[in-house]
Amino acid sequence: MVGEGLIKGLYVTLKHFIGTYIDDIRWLGRRYYRDEAILTRQSPKARGVFTVQYPEEKLPLPEGFRYIPFLVYEEAEDGTIEDRCTSCGICAKVCPPQCIWIERSNDPETGRPIPAPTNFYIDIDICMNCGLCAEFCPFDAIKMDHDYELASYNRLESHIFDKDRLSRPVEYYRSIRPSDYAVEEAARAEKEAAKNARRRAGSA
Amino acid sequence: MGPGVGEESLDMLEERKKTILDEIRAHFDGEILVDEREGHEGFLVAPDRLVEFATAAREELGYDYLSSVTGVDYLPDEKMEVVYHFFRSQGGPALVIKTQTPRGNPSVPSLVPVYPGADFQEREAWDLLGIRFEGHPNLKRILTWEGFYGHPLRKDWHEPYYEEDNKPFKSRWPEGDVIRIEDQIPFHKNVHYPEKFSAETWIPEGDAGLYAGLSRVPEKRSGNGQPLKTDQIVVNLGPQHPSTHGVFRMVVTLDGETIVDLQPVMGYLHRNHEKIAERNTYIMNMPFTDRLDYICSMSNNLGYALAVEKLMGIAVPERAEYIRVMMAELTRIVNHLWAIGFLLNDLGAFFTPALYAINERELVLDVFEAVSGSRMMCNYLRFGGLARDLPDGTFEVIKELVTNRLPRKVEELDLYITSNEIVRARGIGVGVLTREQALAYSAAGPVLRASGVAYDVRRADPYSIYDRFDFDIPVRNNGDVYDRYLIRIDEIWQSLRILEQVIRDIPQGEIQTGKSPYQVRVPRGDSYGRVENPKGELGFYVVSDGKPNPWRYHVRAPSFINLTAMGEMCKGQKIADVVAVLGSIDIVLGETDR
Repeated sequence: MVGEGLIKGLYVTLKHFIGTYIDDIRWLGRRYYRDEAILTRQSPKARGVFTVQYPEEKLPLPEGFRYIPFLVYEEAEDGTIEDRCTSCGICAKVCPPQCIWIERSNDPETGRPIPAPTNFYIDIDICMNCGLCAEFCPFDAIKMDHDYELASYNRLESHIFDKDRLSRPVEYYRSIRPSDYAVEEAARAEKEAAKNARRRAGSA
Repeated sequence: MGPGVGEESLDMLEERKKTILDEIRAHFDGEILVDEREGHEGFLVAPDRLVEFATAAREELGYDYLSSVTGVDYLPDEKMEVVYHFFRSQGGPALVIKTQTPRGNPSVPSLVPVYPGADFQEREAWDLLGIRFEGHPNLKRILTWEGFYGHPLRKDWHEPYYEEDNKPFKSRWPEGDVIRIEDQIPFHKNVHYPEKFSAETWIPEGDAGLYAGLSRVPEKRSGNGQPLKTDQIVVNLGPQHPSTHGVFRMVVTLDGETIVDLQPVMGYLHRNHEKIAERNTYIMNMPFTDRLDYICSMSNNLGYALAVEKLMGIAVPERAEYIRVMMAELTRIVNHLWAIGFLLNDLGAFFTPALYAINERELVLDVFEAVSGSRMMCNYLRFGGLARDLPDGTFEVIKELVTNRLPRKVEELDLYITSNEIVRARGIGVGVLTREQALAYSAAGPVLRASGVAYDVRRADPYSIYDRFDFDIPVRNNGDVYDRYLIRIDEIWQSLRILEQVIRDIPQGEIQTGKSPYQVRVPRGDSYGRVENPKGELGFYVVSDGKPNPWRYHVRAPSFINLTAMGEMCKGQKIADVVAVLGSIDIVLGETDR
């Protein structure tokens, strides 16, 4: 019958249309601006309206989400700040668009390189958020951030991040990537234990 | 659905590979040489014997499908090389032919008369490498503009922001004194013009040539035999047009509303991907491949990883293989949903079907985000494995999607669209590409299979672990817009079938062979890694000279090559159908223009 296909199609749109109201009734006013509602709204169980009202509502980010990198520093109990970065340059060498600049300086007395960067720049206009720097850093010193709201009014002045702008405490890293952090700390503790065991064996 | 092609076992394919050499030897004894450079495959043919050889390969040996044509600039040897990859549509490994020509005046005969699918690819090689193809009907630049300075893929050509031949650049470490490159090289200094060129007086002869190259409206006669005065109208569709899915232009000659001729014009998004890749180290290219066909970044990664793994000779752990297939098939579903949604948009069903399709795509993108860290620019594969394992909970989401949600939604989409009278009226018999044309024009993917050729790289030349899964290669026989829609629905069902098997069989274990280093060692040689991307055969031709950067990196882009047949599909159709035909080919300009 001519028109049968059209009617079948209209049935599908009608189902979608009514479905949104049924779903609204089921949630009874709790459907918007609530975390649990946002979690189901874009999940395989989602029914009805699918969209999220950004910026009032935001989808939760998975832990693996990656945006512009940041540098991790550790703060000792007495307040001294120690960079994890040793300015080895691996991140700058693996960076596909070459947006990382690292300045390393030498100790004026010994002439040896100082194992901390004098300065560290990332041009975020060039960064492609691939995450290779974080993946290949042997010291867990550079990690990918979750903060994606970086729009600014002045590209020329504010889009090259320096070391101050890039540095974040290790607690911040733990808060955005808890399971990565746990795995790394476990590996670090193991290494430390092995080193101590070797030292003890050596002194005995 | 027709029967699949190469339902032979893997052993038989291996057997065939051995017999190719014998066949060729028997046929052309003494006239061609085996390429004996370290790690290189294929045969060397003298340029003057090339056409004869290609004709014989096609007519007598059955290599009816020309997959890829590209050039390589061997600067130290003062040679240019053109590399051809031929396949049989029945399946089996490649016949690789190379021909060398002096670098000073590179010229080889064109293969367009034998394989019309070489058309755009030879134009690309002329444009980017400056290799002349004698006898090509329309040897003009294709990706850069007519006034472009030089041939950018030549090894001695430098781009405007040139710093060094190869990355990593020395200025980044240890004296990383940050500069903004555009400050150092202001705009007017980074552009080369041809000699005696003046931007004020220049008239783009490219366009005049383009219009002149279109065929004319045939002369009409009135009832008493007197010639009628008819106007030939040239219409430019695009480059800025919502139906072109990006910046893409079609120049059309019209007789009333009927299309007499059509020429696609592209390159507006050209960024010299291949040059960038040749400056990069091998691992750096992985995120760049995401940006080719940005709907299918996971399977782009797979194609590139396969090409380099072949050169490196490394194996991939079981679990990683399964996850790779899982991601590639999810990508196929995403792409086909997107293609169907936007085809309906092009047909005038403004955004309702597209949004129903994109809903489901969104859920798969959430999976990609959780797995790889990014929704579209996944950068997930590494040589010998994957960047990371599936995070907790993701497997369950994929299972729910594959076994419950997606089948339901695809069925709904099918109910919604397939029997719709308007879709049928706009699709059936429109933009027909016959079986012979599809093969001759090197069409790939759904476009080829909708024309009745059961050619799918997953079956014809299996890669990864596709030989383990039970699935069909869907085929449709009419080669029109409607069949190209149907084939995509069929393929989604087959992908779901593969995914169910992946979910059932996926083992635990390692996801990376050894530790993935930040600089891989790739032995000398060349390799062609190809995958059945959702849009068609995606190939990566990589030449290594043993250094940290690839000497040559070429992408056989299905979106680009499928457009070769676009003119043929549109001739005789109405102007409104162009949009439907283009939508049914399903192009992504990131890949077309590279």
